[in-house]
Amino acid sequence: MASEGEEDYVPWIRQFCKLFGHDYFVAVSHEFIEDDFNLTGLSSQVPYYKEALYTLLDYQVDTIEDVKNGGDSNNKNNNNTKPGKPKHELPNRVILDSSAELLYGLIHARYIVTKAGLTEMAGKFERNEFGSCPRYYCDSMHLIPVGPLDISGQETVRLYCPCCNDTYVPQSLRFLNIDGAFFGTTFPGLLVQMFPEIENQCRIRLNKYKNEEFGLRLFGFRINEKSMSGPRVKWLRAVPETADEIAEYDKCELRLPWGEGDDADEEIEDDEEDDDDKTMASE
Amino acid sequence: MTSIPADQYVTDTSTDITEYWIDLFLGIKGNEYFCDIDDDYIRDRFNLTGLAQEVSHLSLLVDLITDAIDMDNDDRSDENRKNTEHDARVLYGLIHARYILTLRGLTKMFDKFRTGDFGFCPRVNCELHPLLPVGLSDQPRVASVKLYCAKCEDFYNPKSNRHAVVDGAYFGRSFPAMFLLNYQQAIPVHSKQTYVPRLFGFKLHEYSKLDRWRQLQRLKLEDRLRKDNVEIDDVQGGFETSKKESQGP
Ligand SMILES: [Zn+2]
Ligand SMILES: [Zn+2]
Repeated sequence: MASEGEEDYVPWIRQFCKLFGHDYFVAVSHEFIEDDFNLTGLSSQVPYYKEALYTLLDYQVDTIEDVKNGGDSNNKNNNNTKPGKPKHELPNRVILDSSAELLYGLIHARYIVTKAGLTEMAGKFERNEFGSCPRYYCDSMHLIPVGPLDISGQETVRLYCPCCNDTYVPQSLRFLNIDGAFFGTTFPGLLVQMFPEIENQCRIRLNKYKNEEFGLRLFGFRINEKSMSGPRVKWLRAVPETADEIAEYDKCELRLPWGEGDDADEEIEDDEEDDDDKTMASE
Repeated sequence: MTSIPADQYVTDTSTDITEYWIDLFLGIKGNEYFCDIDDDYIRDRFNLTGLAQEVSHLSLLVDLITDAIDMDNDDRSDENRKNTEHDARVLYGLIHARYILTLRGLTKMFDKFRTGDFGFCPRVNCELHPLLPVGLSDQPRVASVKLYCAKCEDFYNPKSNRHAVVDGAYFGRSFPAMFLLNYQQAIPVHSKQTYVPRLFGFKLHEYSKLDRWRQLQRLKLEDRLRKDNVEIDDVQGGFETSKKESQGP
């Protein structure tokens, strides 16, 4: 057990951020964590919540192992003096560690949508610490971490590109077990809203390539739509360019302007239903 | 086993010890996307039409690639040998771009595609769909090799830096189109799913608008295809298209 006052003591949060694969995290301030309001609702989501909270604030927390060791060696005089819990209610080291990490992650997701957290994450974004978009036409646009869900333990962290509006799996294996909920569904949208410069960076890239340049060629020729191997998802990356397209885009303000009572109408309703389901699921 | 000193290696002994030029080339880090080209193809002068402009001493290079000569027994200067080796690699790349458009070459690339030798699409909605190498230009020294995903129909940068120095011309602009034309079974189901950023559960307005416009483009495409007798089939994970069965026998 590290004795207090040791010079090479590293605070829990700083240590956490240095761990393998934790490169996307910023250090949440103690001030933020100590404000109960910011932790509303978390106590029910984290086992040994109190102990976990004390751990990440660098208070000494007893575990089953500590009590055993303390009892065995008489050299440590401070260990058992606290009027702590009965032995059977103490967490073991492994459970406490994972609880502390879970709690920190959930707090982190809340912190990065506050002004202070957002600013720190913006710095990481600017320094390209989340990596660049792998899509060639996005011209190394910086990525933004995002969780597919806000519920922990479900999905791993993904990366959002504000230029192609799509999400990607991190390139390095080290991020493949980082919980997406520790970054949350709201973060990229908020970052883009708060820092309009990001949209400028995207616009420059979007203007660089025209829709027509995308797609395959065979000996210089584009593949015809009617061909079985013709393009099917050009729409996915399309951006309104011509006057007609821009006019059409403006009609998409509130609803999809498609179909007047014919077959196609049904399809749209289906799509919108799907959308609602997704909204519910992510809440 | 008796070992033979390196300087006594002779290519025409056809022992197991001989290291073929092509095998060595394919083993170089960064060359994972290349397939091996048949000697017959390389030796057929017809297939090399026009390449004499790109490299000098074409015949010598062909001999080197096909192990008809051995550079270790060469008495030319180190500098000279290094240049020759470099030119041989360029030539192999340029022949490769042509070879992979032939039936034999396509078959070899199909096997590599199936084993995921070209990596997998990083896009979440593509669910690790295997990629294909592609050049943005058929001209050498224009752009490094890129990867094409047939599911999202988009181009990606290779993940590893060692591929950033591989010339895209060694794969060519036409390869994925030729590949999919020949292996229609490799045309995947296309997802309709898109991503719209959210704030506290609500989709951001500007992004929803763009997303709606894109969905509109998709519906218009489906309409055009139906008029051209192409069937749109909604299947699990998205949609696929097929030629409408003609009436009668
Ligand atoms: Zn992108
Ligand atoms: Zn893809």
